[in-house]
Amino acid sequence: MNVLSAIINGLSAGGTYAMIALGYTMVYGIAKMLNFAHGDIIMVGGYAMFVTLLLCRQPLLALAVAVVFCVLIGILIERLAYKPLRGASSLAVLITAIGMSYLLQSLAQVIFKSAPKPMTALQIGGMLTFGSFSVAYSTLITLAATVIVMVTLSLFIKYSKTGRAMIAVSEDKGAALLMGINVNKIIAITFAIGSALAALAGYFMLAKAPSLSNTLGAMPGIKAFTAAVIGGIGSIPGAMLGGILLGVVESMCNSVPVIAPYTDAIEFSILILILLVKPSGILGKMRREKV
Amino acid sequence: MEASNQSARPVVLRTEHLCIQFGGLRAVDDVNLEIYEGELYGLIGPNGAGKTTVFNLLTGVYKPTSGRFFLCDKNLTGKSPIEVNRAGIARTFQNIRLFNNLTVLENVMVGLSNQIPCNVVESVLRLPRHKKSEAEYQKRAMELLEIFNLAEYKDYLAANLPYGKQRKLEIARAMATGPKLLLLDEPAAGMNPNETQELMDDITFIRKQFGITILLIEHDMRLVSGICERVTVLNFGTALASGKTSDVLNHPEVVKAYLGE
Repeated sequence: MNVLSAIINGLSAGGTYAMIALGYTMVYGIAKMLNFAHGDIIMVGGYAMFVTLLLCRQPLLALAVAVVFCVLIGILIERLAYKPLRGASSLAVLITAIGMSYLLQSLAQVIFKSAPKPMTALQIGGMLTFGSFSVAYSTLITLAATVIVMVTLSLFIKYSKTGRAMIAVSEDKGAALLMGINVNKIIAITFAIGSALAALAGYFMLAKAPSLSNTLGAMPGIKAFTAAVIGGIGSIPGAMLGGILLGVVESMCNSVPVIAPYTDAIEFSILILILLVKPSGILGKMRREKV
Repeated sequence: MEASNQSARPVVLRTEHLCIQFGGLRAVDDVNLEIYEGELYGLIGPNGAGKTTVFNLLTGVYKPTSGRFFLCDKNLTGKSPIEVNRAGIARTFQNIRLFNNLTVLENVMVGLSNQIPCNVVESVLRLPRHKKSEAEYQKRAMELLEIFNLAEYKDYLAANLPYGKQRKLEIARAMATGPKLLLLDEPAAGMNPNETQELMDDITFIRKQFGITILLIEHDMRLVSGICERVTVLNFGTALASGKTSDVLNHPEVVKAYLGE
């Protein structure tokens, strides 16, 4: 029973990672850049929820405000920091993204001070119990939301005009442009979707561990990035798989007291192992150079 | 007699003293074209003569250093590739640039993007207009695939099509954007004689079917003399000769440019 509950907890944690990893992988696939400020969008969403809850104690309203706010911030960051660098070397864009990450964290610290904020209003209490086996409602809700998000996103990418345009832009920006596709708009939409998912992931993280600080998104951001690389960066199913895989491994390790202190080390070792065996990630496509 | 007939037809594309300079090099120098509605016009010339550069100017990829160009009397000089495409100029590429991770059908649907309205929110929430627009995309894309005899390959990934069919699909995708003027950049490059023949038939067919004006770059002289009504020969960025295909191909300057003295 312990194993089963570890798996369910892992699926739920993995769902959160997968939601964040989708933001990394979509932006990478379409804009060809690593947006290291992505994790901090989670934190921005956290503070958006914090402020909303000060005014009115409605967790779902807070979530909605956070999603809208993160979408706007995501589009703004892209417009101000990354768009002027389109066509610049990938290193320049990478450094800019890291700078943006510190900027967001420091701004949050200046505005909200460094003491963690309790977010108990978001907590989803209660357990579902079958005999000796029990699982938290927050875990189940996270799991259900993950499934809904993944299915909706997959359908959107595969069966909508914007989804097809995203794939087209990820493959050949120039040709897409000449087919009349507004590449800048598609990239902005990608950032918007990634940011909305980050806000949602932040909500589930805070529902489980209701403490908000300016580094809320830092570690989950890195874990999700790891998940995206394990799954194959640029691949949407890859991000989902990588996220779930990492979550389950993490939860299994944490459930064994002897191994628990080494959980992070084990997770990142998996990354190294995957990179050694299949550098493009589990579902990533090998890029063959044409001669 | 011929000339007076043609001048009665409306002009689809007109370029006026089109020039572009890269550093000290004039890649395209004072090119003046006038292409009439429904015409099939060839742009030929030795390698490096500036033919593809002319296409890049006409699609907004490059901005001309000087000169202007008009589509049906609408000045498109300095417009972005999206604006040019929406105004009605579509193109194919010298080296095929299909979206390889999309199916044949989806490639054409991407081309149709601007013609059927539906926004992101409607698509995410799968509102009625999303379903209606998707059905419309499918229908129009299938119609185009049928015209190009590609319907049976609709679920293939574009990358898995045979070469000749990829060329055709690129034309179908360009046609999907609803152009008035179609620019074909070496459509027969890399084709065997049978495929070239098939392509010539297709081009003749789509001209009839859509009444479209075509400007094509080509090295295959058999194709050029077989289907182009008029041609312009470019050499070192300047127009060496223009006129009826058979006259131009026998022009001494043109022969010299191709074969040397």
